[in-house]
Amino acid sequence: MTSTELTTRAGTGRASREGATALSLSLVVAFLTLVVVLPMAALVWESTESGAGGFWDVVTSPQSVAALKLSFGASLVIALVNGVVGTLIAWVLVRDDFRGKDVVNAIIDLPFALPTIVAGLVLLALYGPTSPVGVDVAFSRTAIVMALLFVTLPFVVRTVQPVLHELDGELEEAARSLGASGFTVFRRIVLPNILPGILSGVALAFARAVGEIGSLVIISGSLPYETEVASVYILTRIESGDRAGAAAIAVALLVASFLVILGIGVVRRLATRHDVVLSRT
Amino acid sequence: MTTESLRARVGRLTVRSIALAYLLAILVGPLAMVFWRTFETGFDAAWNALSTPETLNAFKLTLLIAAIAVPLNTVFGVICGLAIVRHDFPGKGFLNAFVDLPLALSPVVVGLSLFLLYGREGWFGGWLEEHDFQVLFALPSMVLATVFVSLPFVCRAVVPTLREIGDEQEQAASTLGASRWQTLWRITLPSIRWAVIYGVVLTTARCLGEYGAVAVVSGRVQGQTETATLRVEERYDSFDVQGAYAISLVLALIAILVLIAMTVLKPKETTA
Repeated sequence: MTSTELTTRAGTGRASREGATALSLSLVVAFLTLVVVLPMAALVWESTESGAGGFWDVVTSPQSVAALKLSFGASLVIALVNGVVGTLIAWVLVRDDFRGKDVVNAIIDLPFALPTIVAGLVLLALYGPTSPVGVDVAFSRTAIVMALLFVTLPFVVRTVQPVLHELDGELEEAARSLGASGFTVFRRIVLPNILPGILSGVALAFARAVGEIGSLVIISGSLPYETEVASVYILTRIESGDRAGAAAIAVALLVASFLVILGIGVVRRLATRHDVVLSRT
Repeated sequence: MTTESLRARVGRLTVRSIALAYLLAILVGPLAMVFWRTFETGFDAAWNALSTPETLNAFKLTLLIAAIAVPLNTVFGVICGLAIVRHDFPGKGFLNAFVDLPLALSPVVVGLSLFLLYGREGWFGGWLEEHDFQVLFALPSMVLATVFVSLPFVCRAVVPTLREIGDEQEQAASTLGASRWQTLWRITLPSIRWAVIYGVVLTTARCLGEYGAVAVVSGRVQGQTETATLRVEERYDSFDVQGAYAISLVLALIAILVLIAMTVLKPKETTA
């Protein structure tokens, strides 16, 4: 093979590589535009139809304020509970050992696999008016929190588990041999390492909870001002033909979702920087 | 056993009991209830509730939507994962954010935005009506809604594996004269196949269970645009709780199959 042949070959290789990049990128962008971007644009457009004042009036109307407050408040509660209990479950799954641990590990993902409407129905069966354990929280805010805890269970567990797995026990052992108590070891050594994982899990759980609908339509009762969450409120606005109103609340949720995604990105970047520092020392 | 380890042991058992009790109350208990409630009035009642034409139609529709949405998202997920890992381009952060959006966004918002885009007063509504093409309250919008909510799973499953395997083998193949297609089919796809399958399992589960987005765009016409999840709600609202439980049981059994598939597939990825 002569050198000119080689150069042309390398040249066409590069050209075909660039061509392939351009093709796959255009496919990705076209698909995303059709499925995600265009609908989002239509939504934002609709919410601005009545001007900034109209948008603000809808979002600050008493019923939507009540719905938004309930959604964000309940999501904050379950984010905190998940942060603690999720970490605890992850710790048990990584550091503890008992019979049937594999089964427990497998069922953590159940909320990802089970349709949310089914989740709502089964929670009502266990904690509703016909409860066999005598607990009836149906159509209350407690029920909303329980349904949200069910659907968001895997997030923190699954983000903390791999980090905890990678964290070898040597540092913890060293600290313990130097007289640190179990709690001190956790607070000073384990927690700083798994904190980014906890935070991104908590953020995902929070975002999921704010937008949750399937598990709540049955169990919440959807009583305005009492147990009507933002997503159910949007649904009732659509059903009563109030497109602009529905769009305004939806845009509020959309902004919250984007903020959470950005926040997770920041946490991830901080976490990788933290890793670099750790590996250098 | 020393006293120190006894203390540690008590602590460990306490933490374990809290974790297991929480899982029992939130997860296992409710799931067990669906089995118990369905068969409370006998097997025949459950079977009768399931074999009505409307319910069968609902399951058929759910499967049809999944059969369209899952392949679309699989192809998209692989191409998108390759673009994110193997190529550098301006706006990559944007692409990442848009791919993740369905994980954080309410399905109702998804449904509403499709409603606004394809509805009679929407951007495309007039044109669609002129050409007599029904998107809203018909299969196309239900597929679009389902594709949206299940968009990220294959891509997010594929990205870490692609990073891990690196591109040395691909480069070696192309140095030896393999074309882009040959490299993709012979090198890249075989090495990420488990990640793809794992993503497909998650996508399928999400498609079968979708409720919020489809509830908005489907119009819920019984026997026509009613999916299995919508049917659960319809049965519950019509005071046929038995029927609602029977459909839920089938969906729960599918979920358990998905769970088993996930458990079998996952270790291959994490230990690789």
